[in-house]
Amino acid sequence: MIRFLSSLILLLTLAVSGHAQGGADPRPLIDALGKANFKQAEELLGQIAATGDARVAPALEAFAAGDLYARKSDGAVFIAKPAGKNFKLIDPLSGEEVEEAGKGAVAKIKINNNLRRVIRSTLGGLTLLSPDRATRLRAAEAVMRSPSAENLELIEAALEKESDGAVKARMEQARAVSLLASDRGVEEKRAAIDTIRSLGGRPAIAILMTAAPAVDPALKEDLNHAIRQLESNLAAWDVAQNVWYGLSLGSVLLLAAIGLAITFGVMGIINMAHGEMVMIGAYSTFVVQQLIRTNAPQLFDWSLLIAVPVAFLVTGIVGLVIERGVIRFLYGRPLETLLATWGISLILQQSVRSIFGPTNQEVGNPSWMSGSFPLGGMTVTWNRMWIILFSISIFLALLALMKKSSFGLQMRAVTQNRRMASSMGIRTPWVDALTFALGSGIAGIAGVALSQIDNVSPNLGQAYIIDSFMVVVFGGVGNLWGTLVGALSLGVLNKFLEPSVGAVLGKILVLVLIILFIQKRPRGLFALKGRAVEA
Amino acid sequence: MITSFVLRALNGRITITIAILLAVAALVPALNILVPPGNPFHIPTYAVSLMGKYLCYALLALALDLVWGYCGILSLGHGAFFALGGYAMGMYLMRQIGPRGVYGDPILPDFMVFLNWKELPWFWYGFDMFPFAMLMVLLVPGLLAFVFGWFAFRSRVNGVYLSIITQAMTYALMLAFFRNDMGFGGNNGLTDYKEILGFSVQAQGTRAVLFAASAVMLALCLLLASAIVNSKFGKVLVGVRDAESRVRFLGFRVENIKLFTFVVSAMMAGVAGALFVPQVGIINPGEFAPANSIEVVVWTAVGGRGTLMGPIIGAVLVNAGKSFFTGAFPEFWLFALGGLFIAVTLFLPKGIVGTVEKYWQARKATRKASETSRGGDVLTAQPQAAE
Repeated sequence: MIRFLSSLILLLTLAVSGHAQGGADPRPLIDALGKANFKQAEELLGQIAATGDARVAPALEAFAAGDLYARKSDGAVFIAKPAGKNFKLIDPLSGEEVEEAGKGAVAKIKINNNLRRVIRSTLGGLTLLSPDRATRLRAAEAVMRSPSAENLELIEAALEKESDGAVKARMEQARAVSLLASDRGVEEKRAAIDTIRSLGGRPAIAILMTAAPAVDPALKEDLNHAIRQLESNLAAWDVAQNVWYGLSLGSVLLLAAIGLAITFGVMGIINMAHGEMVMIGAYSTFVVQQLIRTNAPQLFDWSLLIAVPVAFLVTGIVGLVIERGVIRFLYGRPLETLLATWGISLILQQSVRSIFGPTNQEVGNPSWMSGSFPLGGMTVTWNRMWIILFSISIFLALLALMKKSSFGLQMRAVTQNRRMASSMGIRTPWVDALTFALGSGIAGIAGVALSQIDNVSPNLGQAYIIDSFMVVVFGGVGNLWGTLVGALSLGVLNKFLEPSVGAVLGKILVLVLIILFIQKRPRGLFALKGRAVEA
Repeated sequence: MITSFVLRALNGRITITIAILLAVAALVPALNILVPPGNPFHIPTYAVSLMGKYLCYALLALALDLVWGYCGILSLGHGAFFALGGYAMGMYLMRQIGPRGVYGDPILPDFMVFLNWKELPWFWYGFDMFPFAMLMVLLVPGLLAFVFGWFAFRSRVNGVYLSIITQAMTYALMLAFFRNDMGFGGNNGLTDYKEILGFSVQAQGTRAVLFAASAVMLALCLLLASAIVNSKFGKVLVGVRDAESRVRFLGFRVENIKLFTFVVSAMMAGVAGALFVPQVGIINPGEFAPANSIEVVVWTAVGGRGTLMGPIIGAVLVNAGKSFFTGAFPEFWLFALGGLFIAVTLFLPKGIVGTVEKYWQARKATRKASETSRGGDVLTAQPQAAE
C-alpha cells in the first residue's frame, strides 16, 4: 500500500510538472546499465522508471532490441546503429548522433527475456501518462500484453487521471490483466475476470489461459466459466462469419442466375450463352474503365456506376439480336434452343478472345470497394458487402418490374397463356424479344459486379453457367423468390461444407445434393402449380 | 428368337454400313502395313490412329443417338460414361507398365509413388487382368447410368431438367477426378502407357489392330442398336420419345424402358472410351468437361438424330473438320463449330441423313403417285425427330 501511495505521489508530481524533468537525471542510471549484471540491471530499470522521464523511452526500446552499447573508453552508453563496418553512436536521451565507432570500441549490453519483459512494462508505465492520447492507448495495450503486478499501481494511478472514454476502457482492461497477476483479493480478481471477458475474442482467452495456473482455487470456477463463455462466443462468431461468406457467395450466384431466372424461368428458353452475357458485361466494365483511365482519370471511382448502364445496354442489345436472329425460330423446341445457344456462346467467346486476347484483363477496384471493416468478431470486406447489397437491389428492382409495371404484366400474361395474351392485343413477339433482352441485360449487370471479384477472361461465363442453372432449377423455375432462396441457401451450404471437406469436394457434394433434390422435387423448391407445369 | 432379333436388325442400309465398316477394318490396316510408305495408297500410322479416334467418337455419338434420337433423353453427360470407360482401360494400361515406370515401382503407378502412397487403393485391384478391366469398362458406366437413371426416370425428371442434371453429373465427376486424392492421377490423368496384352502400344501393328477393333466394335454396336430400334421394344421406345404420357397410359413402364436404353447407351459409350484411350495414349479429367458432352450432341445433330447412320457420319465429318480447322485456321474453329450448332438447329433439324431421307421419300412418293400401278413397298417407318 505504501508502495502504491509513493508511486502515486510520484506520478502525480510528474503529471503536474509536465513529464520531462520530474525526478533525478536518468543519464547516470542509463550509463550504469553498461556495467550492471542482469539483476542490477533490473533494479536500475526500476529506478529509471521512477524518474518518470519520458525521454528514456528510445533508450529502453533500444535496450530491449539489443541495440544499446557501452563505449569501452569511458563506459558511456549509446544507442548504436550499424553503419557499414562501424556503429553510429546515438545519444540515448537527446537522440543526436555523437560519433562513429569501430566494432571493437563498444560492447553490447546483454539482455535477457526477463529484462525485456521488465522494459516493456516500464515503458508502459512511462507512457501511460503521456499527454498524447494515442501514446496512452498504445501504452495500455503494451501493459495488457505483458501482465505483471508491478504495473498495477502505475495503471491505477493513470486510470484516475484518465478522462478519454476509449483510453479509459482499455486501461480498465489493462488493469484487470495486471490485477490477475497480482496478489489482490478474490473479489477484485473476480471483477477483473469479468472485465477481461468483456474484452472478448481470442486475446481474452489467451490472457485467462495464462492466468489460469496461478489463480486462487476459489476463482478457478469463475475463470473456467469465463473461458467457456468466450469460446462459445467465438464459435458463434465463426458461424456468423461462415453465414456471411455463404451469403456473399450466394449473392454472386444470385447475380449470375437472376437473368437466367427470367430467360429460362419465365420464358422457358435454355440460354447456354447466358454465361457469355455475364462475360460481355465484365468486358464492358473493362472498356469503360480503360476509357476513363485515358480520358478522365478523376472519374475512376465512378467507373462502376457508369459501367452498369453501359453493360446493361450492350448485353441487352446483344440479347435482342440473338432473340430476333436465332431464338425466335426455336420457340417450343427447348432442346434445340439449348444447342443453338451453346453455339452462340462459342462464337461470343471466340469473338471476345479475338478482340481482347485470351489473357485476363485487369479491372480495377474503386476506392470504396477495397478494404474491410470489423463487425463484432468478424471482418467484412467492402466489395463483398457492396455485391450483396447490389444483388439484392437488382433482385428487388426486377421483382418490382415484374409485379408493378405494365411491361411486367404483359410478360406474365404471355408466359401464362400466349394465345390469350395475343388476342388481348399484346404483341407477343415484341414482349418475347424485350424479355430476353432484359434477362441478358441483367446478366451484363452481373458481369459488372463479377469483374470486381473474378478474373475477366473469355472463360468467365463458363464458370458460372452450370451454377446458375443449378440455382434456377433448385429454386424452382418461373419463380424469382425461388431463385433468391436457392442462390442464398446454396451459397451458405457451400461455405458450411467447405471447412470440413474442402472447397472442391464441397462443391461436388452440393452438386450431388442438388441432383438428388431434383429427384425428390423435379420442379424445384417453389414449384409453379397448375396446368403450366405440364405444358 | 435371337436370330430373328438380329435378322430384323439387318435391313438393307444397316447391312451395307456394317459391310463397309468391316471392309474399312480390314483395308485401312492393310494399306498401312502392307503398302510401303512411298506408295500413294499408303496410310501413315498417325492417320490410322486419327481415324481410329473418329470411329470411337462415332461409337459415342451412336450411343447418344440411341437415347436422344430414339428415346428423347437429351443427355449432356455422355462424355462422363465415355471417360469412365476410358479410365477403366487406362487403369489396366497403367498396371501393365509395371516396373518400367519412372520410379520403377512394380505395383504402384508413378503418380502414386509421387504422392507417397504406400499401397494400391482397393479400387485399383484386379485391373492388372485384362478380362476384369474389360468387364469394368462395361460395368462402371453401366452402373452409374443405372443408379442415375433409376432415380431420375422414377421421379419423372425429363426434358431440359434431365439435360441439366446430366450436365451437373459430368461436371461433378470432372471436379472429382481433378482431385489428386481420388487416386486417378488428378490433373494429369493416366498416361505413358507401354503395353496392351503384351504388345507395345506405340507399335504400328498394335495401332492397326486397335483401329480394326474400333471399326468392328462400331459395326457390332450398330447391329445391336439396329436390333433394338427395329424390335417391338424399339417401337415403344419411339413412342416414349413422341408421347410419353400416352405410352404410360397404354400400360408400359416408361421408366424401365428409359432405364434400359440409358444403361445400354452408357455401356456403348464406355466401350468407345476404352478403345479411345490406347489410341490417344492418355485419359485425363478434361474428358469429363461438359463442353465435350455437348459437342457429342452436335455431331449427332449434324448427322441426323433418330437415324442410325447419322451420328456416325456426323461424328466423322465434324471431327475431320475439326482436325482440318484447328490445323489450318485455329482461331476459326470455334466460330465454325458455333455456326454449325446454329445452322443445324435452324436449317437442318433432322441432320444430314434425315434431310436426305426426307428428300428420297418425297421423290418416291411423287414417283409412286405418277405410276399408280404398283402398291405395297411401304417404307419402313423411319422415326421422326421429336419436335
